[in-house]
Amino acid sequence: MSDVLTVAEHRQGELRPVSHELVTAGRELADASGGDLHVAVISGDVDAYAEAVNRAGVDAIHTVDHGEEFNHDIYSQAVEQLYAELDPQYLVMPHTVNGLDYAPAVATSLDLPLATDVIDFSHNGSLSVTRETYGGKVEAAIEIEGDNAAVTLRPTEWEQATEAGDAAVEAFDAAIDEDAVGSTVTGFEEVAGGDVDISEADFIVSIGRGIEEEENLDMVWDLADALGATLASSRPIVDNGWLPQNRQVGQSGKVVTPDVYIAIGISGAVQHLAGMSGADTIVAINEDPDAPIFDVADYGIVGDLFEVVPELTELFE
Amino acid sequence: MRVLVTVKEDEVVDDEFEIDGLDIGEQYVSYELNEWDDYAVEEAVQLSEADEDDEVEVVTATIGPERSEETIRQALAKGADRAVRVWDDDLAEVDVLDPTMKAQLLAGVVEEVEPDLVLTGVQGGDDAFGATGVALAETVDYQWAAVVNDLDLDADAGVASVHRELEGGVEELTDVDLPAVLSIQTGINEPRYASLRGIRQAQSKPLDVHTPDELGVDVAELEGKLTLTSIAEPESESDTTLFEGDAGEQAERLSDLLEDEGVVEG
Repeated sequence: MSDVLTVAEHRQGELRPVSHELVTAGRELADASGGDLHVAVISGDVDAYAEAVNRAGVDAIHTVDHGEEFNHDIYSQAVEQLYAELDPQYLVMPHTVNGLDYAPAVATSLDLPLATDVIDFSHNGSLSVTRETYGGKVEAAIEIEGDNAAVTLRPTEWEQATEAGDAAVEAFDAAIDEDAVGSTVTGFEEVAGGDVDISEADFIVSIGRGIEEEENLDMVWDLADALGATLASSRPIVDNGWLPQNRQVGQSGKVVTPDVYIAIGISGAVQHLAGMSGADTIVAINEDPDAPIFDVADYGIVGDLFEVVPELTELFE
Repeated sequence: MRVLVTVKEDEVVDDEFEIDGLDIGEQYVSYELNEWDDYAVEEAVQLSEADEDDEVEVVTATIGPERSEETIRQALAKGADRAVRVWDDDLAEVDVLDPTMKAQLLAGVVEEVEPDLVLTGVQGGDDAFGATGVALAETVDYQWAAVVNDLDLDADAGVASVHRELEGGVEELTDVDLPAVLSIQTGINEPRYASLRGIRQAQSKPLDVHTPDELGVDVAELEGKLTLTSIAEPESESDTTLFEGDAGEQAERLSDLLEDEGVVEG
């Protein structure tokens, strides 16, 4: 068969936007391979999620009403059984934290080649995918041998499918073996509380790995104070414990939408861009003119932050 | 209790580099202990140090040529007790060493070492598949959890209580039965620098080199199904207005911009 099976994602009662991106990408792939697009909806309020994911382009929706929140053992079993039932050519899953928790197991179990974090694909008889390597410095084109494959797609690379669809929704009676479930979700925790909510800030000065040492952070605190801006950071600064988690901008931190965002010493990893590309005006200060942050920056200074930042602070003191 | 930490050497490419066919020129490449694995090593060593009976053995393993011994010695210098390196020159011919192949090679190590807990980094900084740990768990029939940023181990009960770092500042709290593979996220701890004493000791710690064959893995049967067809630098979509001049002039221009934007008072 030349069908495509994709898997919707939800969390704490909400269908996640990546599900609608998977519909767009899945439709593209199904058109190229000449098959139908099937969407699996697993666990939780499956009927509500099925309705939400029922967008134009979807040919059939299969619901597996078992469990509440995501559990990789239930997802793996359900996807494997749906795969056996539908015999699709391609399995398309999200490259999200939960996607990473079941896609490799499913591909291994089904003996499918797996390409992860895919940002583009083409189909000419066989499937070729594009991935970023070396921290985004290189794009690698990879051809996948064989008739069948599993891929995980990077979120926000495809548009969300928005038009209402009329796919038939069918309950799939998966035989879930509870004895094979070796992990239990006991709860969720919001981690990003604290002294300041950067997602509300209009003016943000954000610092990254380029600051090199914790002692150097004083310099950017001084700048933020002089400008009356809120200080935020990219992931490595929080990983190092130099700033609390509530200051982190990015996929695993906060999404910010200020009027002005000044990124200092931030190279612009995709996870960071996901958190700040919605700012009205983006300014980047970085010594590497090829840093990906310049792909989204409106204004830039290619230079040494240790020279530029004190000069800027002085102008406002 | 035995903990296996898988590490890899991360191929780091200079900011300026040139592509030659399917390769990046050697002169632009350096090798480091993969950042995510550094946190996994630290987590394992902390587990060992926290055990009052001193009964936790930390074994570290890597897939790589002789060059990668430098990387795995770093894990020994930081406190791992012994190391295993897996290699066969035929593997150098493999185009893309994908997660499925790595999982099969590491499965041989798991069967040899018989760990209660396996820690991997979430992903490699270079190939960034993010899939080897979970593929390994499935291959050796262990339980697993991906993207772990907090670990509380109850060895007697045989349960690892973990936090999984989801998107958007939310963590999932999960109990995982042992034996298990956990993929470790950066930020879970503060990786130590190796002490001089540690570096000296690492030179005399056991480092066993195995061929896949010795671990019961047939390299000829490891079918790579991913073929690299081209590599390229991403096309820049940049239409950034650059502020030229020396640092003082650049700061002046930025200051004018901030006034125009109305976020500071002129």
